[in-house]
Amino acid sequence: METTLSVQIVYQRPRSLTAVPMHYCPGCTHGIAHRLIAEVIDELGIRERTIGVAPVGCSVFAYNYFDCDFVEAAHGRAPAMATGIKRLLPDRVVFTYQGDGDLASIGMGEIIHAAGRGENITVFFINNAIYGMTSGQMAPTTLPGQKTTSSPQGRDVETMGYPLRMAELLANLDGAGYVVRRSLHDPKNIRMAKKAIRLAFETQLRGLGFAMVELLSTCSTNWGLSPLESLRWLEEHMIPYYPIGDFKVAEALQAIKV
Amino acid sequence: MAKELLKGNIAMAEAAIRAGLEGYFGYPITPQTELLEWMAERMPALGRAFLQAESEVAAINMLYGAACTGARVMTSSSSPGISLMMEGLSYIAGTEVPAVIIDVVRGGPGLGNIAPSQGDYNQIVHGGGHGDYHPIVLAPASVQEAVDLVVLAFDLAEKYRTIVFIMADGNIGQMMEPAELPPMRPIRTEYPDWAVRGAMGRERRILSSIYIDPKDEEVTNYRLLQVWNRIQAAEIRYREYFLEDADYVVIGFGTAGRIALSAVRMARAEGMRVGLLRPITLSPFPHPQIENLIPQVEGILVVEMNSGQMLEDVQKAVRGRVPVEFYGRLGGMVPFPDEILAEIRRMCREGIPPDGDPRQRWMKRFAPIIRWHD
Repeated sequence: METTLSVQIVYQRPRSLTAVPMHYCPGCTHGIAHRLIAEVIDELGIRERTIGVAPVGCSVFAYNYFDCDFVEAAHGRAPAMATGIKRLLPDRVVFTYQGDGDLASIGMGEIIHAAGRGENITVFFINNAIYGMTSGQMAPTTLPGQKTTSSPQGRDVETMGYPLRMAELLANLDGAGYVVRRSLHDPKNIRMAKKAIRLAFETQLRGLGFAMVELLSTCSTNWGLSPLESLRWLEEHMIPYYPIGDFKVAEALQAIKV
Repeated sequence: MAKELLKGNIAMAEAAIRAGLEGYFGYPITPQTELLEWMAERMPALGRAFLQAESEVAAINMLYGAACTGARVMTSSSSPGISLMMEGLSYIAGTEVPAVIIDVVRGGPGLGNIAPSQGDYNQIVHGGGHGDYHPIVLAPASVQEAVDLVVLAFDLAEKYRTIVFIMADGNIGQMMEPAELPPMRPIRTEYPDWAVRGAMGRERRILSSIYIDPKDEEVTNYRLLQVWNRIQAAEIRYREYFLEDADYVVIGFGTAGRIALSAVRMARAEGMRVGLLRPITLSPFPHPQIENLIPQVEGILVVEMNSGQMLEDVQKAVRGRVPVEFYGRLGGMVPFPDEILAEIRRMCREGIPPDGDPRQRWMKRFAPIIRWHD
């Protein structure tokens, strides 16, 4: 009996990801989110007609890591900038990549109206419950009681208000075609997140309106936890407040199997 | 093409469309709203992009994104809306993408009113958003000139990859007068080599205003200044009236310049040797033209619909070599030709004090009018 040895590639850098080291902290889940988006762009074969819009925040340099055309928006304005691009180039695929301060605080007006208009763009919303780039201040998604540098005694909802559940909020709007929340804290959830990213792009490719995937993420540096502790903290504290789920799935999407 | 009776706002909108406008993003605000309404009717009918944004902040950032595609794009607003656009303007300047913005200026500060004003001069000519850059600013004095300058604005914006403002005022926007529109230009089919349109068969392109290493930002700021030097050398525009033998010159732009021309004509009829310099580019400012007038004239009267914002630029050009006088109306009030004529008469009869502050002297002369309002 003859034995044939062959080498099979089972894992490599997606074509849509550039071969440069990322600046993210050890334990940060931005790298996972980037990779999943790049894998889906590859699978859909849309790299050459995709235009990304980077935010202000830790992922301000996201444009360095995707091998497609990119622009860099002002803080919170990525949905407006994406709207301008999409309206001029309706056959291109336009996505934004935004953090919680960017999307849910300073950019609340832009995201609500982009969703309300049914703007045919895809939004990836990284929710790690803290401001990362400015080193750990309270975000609109910071949990009640959570300590940050600007809520040193813990977020007191009496004076600092309640965290915002963006996926639930945007899913209420008629213009939303696909709005879901996923998490990046373990392999099962990462696989679920990738499927959602695929559907969020499919929403745009089929002209079904606004799509957003909220991705629960970690920030070991500013949470003051090890990477492993951070993943546990996300699971134990964030998911009870921000449940994983589908909040709006257009009928035409429900039949798609990915 | 024949002349038509056109409202300024609509004429500017149609001129932009005929200049090959591909995308318009705006928000309603008096006194520019007819411009947005005209775009709402015409742009979709031509298969081009029109969007009423949720705010001026969104509108300017939509414009920013659209400008990154290399298309001809514009927005329009009025003073409070332009204030909201300052953030996006700075990003557009930092990214070096061309964009045209029309400001139909109204009375302020704050909510102010909806009457014609030139109070945005400093905000636009010397300001804009944060950081180190200079926009081109064009100031029309008639509907026809507004039409012509809108077309020019797109060409300049693209030639220098810069922001071009049309600084009109409520008069220019709201007034109807005969004007000839330009022929319809075809939409471009080729886009510049920096445009972000998808990396089809080429290396990816990134458009950003980030230069995280200060050395790179210094290089960028230096390059912006080099471009600005070329603009200053080549793009100053102005109109001269009766200057050949003038002993006195009035300087005014836009509506104030136009009213000053009526006053100058009346003064000429009375035998006074007075002329008018009307800057069309407020930025770059016609410093060389004022320099040329210094040996010739005995005095300069600056007329504005603000508290003397351009006056300071004139004084910078004059550097004390010729006495300067000022006359302004504020807060949305428009001067009558008679008011300016009275100033010219006084200037020609009594001369101008060689020192002192022209704004202070004007405030004193003007105080009775303020008391009368009260």
